[in-house]
Amino acid sequence: MAKLFAVTVILIAIGSAIPILMHTFVPPVDISTHGPLIDEQMSETMAEAGISFLAAQIILGVFVWKFSRTQGRIGSFPGGARGLVAAAVILVGVEVFALGAFGARAWAGIYFTAPGPNAMRIQAQAGQFAFYFRYPGPDGKFGPLHPDLINEGTQNFFGLDPDHDPEAKDDIVTAELAVPVNREIHLLMHAKDVGHSFFVRELRIQQDFVPGLDVSVHFTTNKVGRYEIVCTQLCGLGHYNMKAYLNVMSQADFDAWLKQQASQQ
Amino acid sequence: MHDMHVPAVHHHAPPQGFIRKHVFSLDHKVIGEQYYGLALLAVLIGMVLSWIMRLHLGWPTLSIPGLQLLSKNGAPGGIPTPEYYLQLMTMHGTFMVFFVLTTAPFAGFGNYFLPIQVGAEDMPFPHFNMMSFWVTFVAFVVALAAFFVPDGPPLSGWTGYAPLSALGAVAGPGQGLGQVLWAASLAIFCVGQLLGSLNFISTTLDMRCKGMSMMRLPLTVWAWFITSAMGLTAFAVLMPACILLILDHVAGTSFFVASNLVVNDQLQPHSGGSTLLWQHLFWFFGHPEVYVAIVPGMGVVSHVLITNMRRPMLSHRVLIYSMAALAFLSYMVYGHHMFVSGMNPFSSIVFSFPTLAITIPSTIIVLIWIGSLYGAKLRINSASLFALGFISLFVSGGVSGFFLAQPSLDILLHATYFVVGHFHFTMAIAAIFGIFAGTYFWFSKVTGRMMNETLGKIHFWFTFVGAYSIFMPFHYLGIAGNVRRYQAFVDDYLQPLLGVHKFITVAALVTGAAQLIFLYNLIYSRFRGPKAPQNPWEATSLEWTIPSPPPFDNFGGKLPVVYHDPYQYGIEASSGDYVMQDSPEQVQTVHDEK
Amino acid sequence: MATTIHEPPAVNAIHAPELGAGKGAWPRNPSEGNLRMLADHSSGASRTGIWVGLAAISMTFAAFTSALVVRQGSALDWRHFALPSVLYFNTVILLASSMTLEVSRRRVAAFARGFDSRRAIPLGWLYVTLAMGLIFVAGQFAAWMQLKAQGLYLATNPSSSFFYVLTAMHALHLLGGLGGLVLVISRLSKQIPTLRRSTMDTASYYWHFMDVLWLYLLLLLWLKF
Repeated sequence: MAKLFAVTVILIAIGSAIPILMHTFVPPVDISTHGPLIDEQMSETMAEAGISFLAAQIILGVFVWKFSRTQGRIGSFPGGARGLVAAAVILVGVEVFALGAFGARAWAGIYFTAPGPNAMRIQAQAGQFAFYFRYPGPDGKFGPLHPDLINEGTQNFFGLDPDHDPEAKDDIVTAELAVPVNREIHLLMHAKDVGHSFFVRELRIQQDFVPGLDVSVHFTTNKVGRYEIVCTQLCGLGHYNMKAYLNVMSQADFDAWLKQQASQQ
Repeated sequence: MHDMHVPAVHHHAPPQGFIRKHVFSLDHKVIGEQYYGLALLAVLIGMVLSWIMRLHLGWPTLSIPGLQLLSKNGAPGGIPTPEYYLQLMTMHGTFMVFFVLTTAPFAGFGNYFLPIQVGAEDMPFPHFNMMSFWVTFVAFVVALAAFFVPDGPPLSGWTGYAPLSALGAVAGPGQGLGQVLWAASLAIFCVGQLLGSLNFISTTLDMRCKGMSMMRLPLTVWAWFITSAMGLTAFAVLMPACILLILDHVAGTSFFVASNLVVNDQLQPHSGGSTLLWQHLFWFFGHPEVYVAIVPGMGVVSHVLITNMRRPMLSHRVLIYSMAALAFLSYMVYGHHMFVSGMNPFSSIVFSFPTLAITIPSTIIVLIWIGSLYGAKLRINSASLFALGFISLFVSGGVSGFFLAQPSLDILLHATYFVVGHFHFTMAIAAIFGIFAGTYFWFSKVTGRMMNETLGKIHFWFTFVGAYSIFMPFHYLGIAGNVRRYQAFVDDYLQPLLGVHKFITVAALVTGAAQLIFLYNLIYSRFRGPKAPQNPWEATSLEWTIPSPPPFDNFGGKLPVVYHDPYQYGIEASSGDYVMQDSPEQVQTVHDEK
Repeated sequence: MATTIHEPPAVNAIHAPELGAGKGAWPRNPSEGNLRMLADHSSGASRTGIWVGLAAISMTFAAFTSALVVRQGSALDWRHFALPSVLYFNTVILLASSMTLEVSRRRVAAFARGFDSRRAIPLGWLYVTLAMGLIFVAGQFAAWMQLKAQGLYLATNPSSSFFYVLTAMHALHLLGGLGGLVLVISRLSKQIPTLRRSTMDTASYYWHFMDVLWLYLLLLLWLKF
């Protein structure tokens, strides 16, 4: 039975590693300028976690195989507890702190930098169970929000008052997040009702919408295409279906798209 | 050798009558069994809920026979609605975390064996102990009641994030009365655990018998002691959080609900509350709670392994210090649940390093376990198999923590099945393996009968291979970006992964069904199992010095005297290769404490 | 590889139960009202227990405090208001009740040691303490009425919400202390009194802690309101 356990544990460990080594399951291709650091961090971590995982499982299996016996004297691990503690503190400690330090660099690249002065500002609003996006229009200013005016029926999703607020007049509200490629985007995130999250796997961005606290992220894309935006913060019964698209276009396509959207407002 | 026993101190007379003996019992052993029974009930409910969820995820249009009887609105024709899926998921998490993973390994085994293992007759405050169970039971009933209110249980997940959980019925089905019952259940549960922890700590510190120094306590006692200290602080924070949540919900206060929220085109009458406040309070409790679930398992696994390895751990002290370090660090890391929550990004870095540091005591514990196997004379039985399985699963769950401890990777993995896999391996399935190891190990002590070893081993193989088949693929799904808490994967984005979901569902059904073997073994052996000897595993700790089942005052009116460290195995003594803790025999011990 | 010999503990370390010192006797078999002879089987555990319990309560109020600080900082809607004046009267009453409780504790001790055979004296002080506790709770109720009269309800403003929550939670905990006092009184006023020293001490620690907790809350309210 001990040998069966040993074989099973080792087979499970190797079997678990195969889909990783074969890259059967991988995140979709990155489309952001900050993503490569994250991806690099991911493979580093995978290598270190994978080695630790395989080593621990295999040694566990080998020891169970070898030491399930009735004969002989009780022995002891060479080096004893002190050696193992030292190994854990030095090897694992150095390993994880190195990971942490490099990971912090990737994180800092995204969150500790301010958006550039030419970043394009777009507001994203998350509500049960849809995303809406607002472009400031030619004046470059967002009109103020009036939550009491929000009305799904009249499609006033943000609660704009173009009759009284001149800045709101040229605001463009869309259901799709279209952005020009290679241009920095500063996404201002506003929650309408409960917590939501903005997750685009290809963009390597996940950020919660916090009711009462407007947060923002900024990013630059580098591949034209259409990518799914999904909500990852449980927001109610329609959570599974709360989606929108990130449409990365060339500057020319984007300009045309924006013009067309403006005419539909 | 028993003439040096100290006359015992009676706290309460032998119980008379059915109610005092089995219902409102003051006996820590009966209370321990009650907790275990409650956990068994809760785990059956939780498991059935997970089956429904898995079936629905694999085959979204499948009608589950009989489900419409449970909720006509929630599952018309037996097909769960999106909201009913989330409601079942919420209750699965709530039952499992609170009423299984906290009650069985900690309150259940701890109540039964902690006083015996320290050489006490009972806990110092038996009335508090009784209240602790019955308060927990009330909490369970209140949570269960959420199923039967008109809108059903809440759908906001076991984390109950505000403002979804605080806005009331307008926020969705189950968010009315169901959510209030949920929060009330948790608040009541906290009271029960506080009373229990109080007893555990006092028993460990003040009720030890003669000769039982702190370092002579078995690792199980240390694990329960450390867990009580964690539980005491963690539950003391969850309770106020739940009270504030209930007030936001029913009294219109604005602790967690911000201004200007518009739900269903209605402006909500709240202002200025802090969304992140709930998350901070919840996770300040929530992370230590993970260790409340797993640390007792570590104690049980160490205890079972040592007995079956026939040698003590490489270092008793290092294991204790490492468990204490886990407990201490668990308070400094809770922010890793909130990396992408909108919290200050500097805080994410600050929380990331202690989270990575927690790897160190965890690794020490694992290395001590594995290193101690070296040179052992390992006995394979159901209990030791489950203990070994625990180590394997804990390692698997631990390494995925490398990823989640880093904010930069959390961007990709947060709220995906990777997280689901991670916490199921560590706090859920590993902890459950700890419960199984403890059950197979101590069953004979509690009932006086042996469990069937063949059935136990069959149960192990199904459960061990099954656990990996269910939870390892979760990690792959997460890496591919499959988000969690979705009742169905409707668009093209997750379609390619549906096959994996079907595989997991089948594995979950098979593994779940295999638990019936355990249940049968448990019930059959309780009444028909062969009579157990007093010390079938040739173990050393005090619970094996008394008859099975133990008399109501544990040591028969006397208190034991302890002469040895808890794990004197691999020696030459008159009794064999071990010497009981209460044996005055002088032995030469060989151990590696350096 | 170390080799050690485990010595049994020295035999003289094992005490025979001392007569009347609190070990070994059975509480159902009281010593004819001689409180000194009464078993106090878990005085150590009682002391640990009460400190652990008080630590848990402190943690709960620490959580409330941090919630208050975070909530106050999360929006600009914190309304300052004058604390109801009756609170200061309540504070004095509660502080006085701690003193009367200390007096009763000494009187109980004198009674137990047989210096003073009149049970009515400690009982009287205990009743005074109990009454003051009840007055305090009634006074807190009056404070709520005062706030209500000013139009400050639970949901009016975060500051009033926290005021009600903190005072109500304190009052709830204080009711536990009143329960302890009632237990002490009933044990002492039995025909053959069965009050153990640990019960008396534990109830007093708890009561004094309620005092300290109230002073802390008052300071918090005074600073933040």
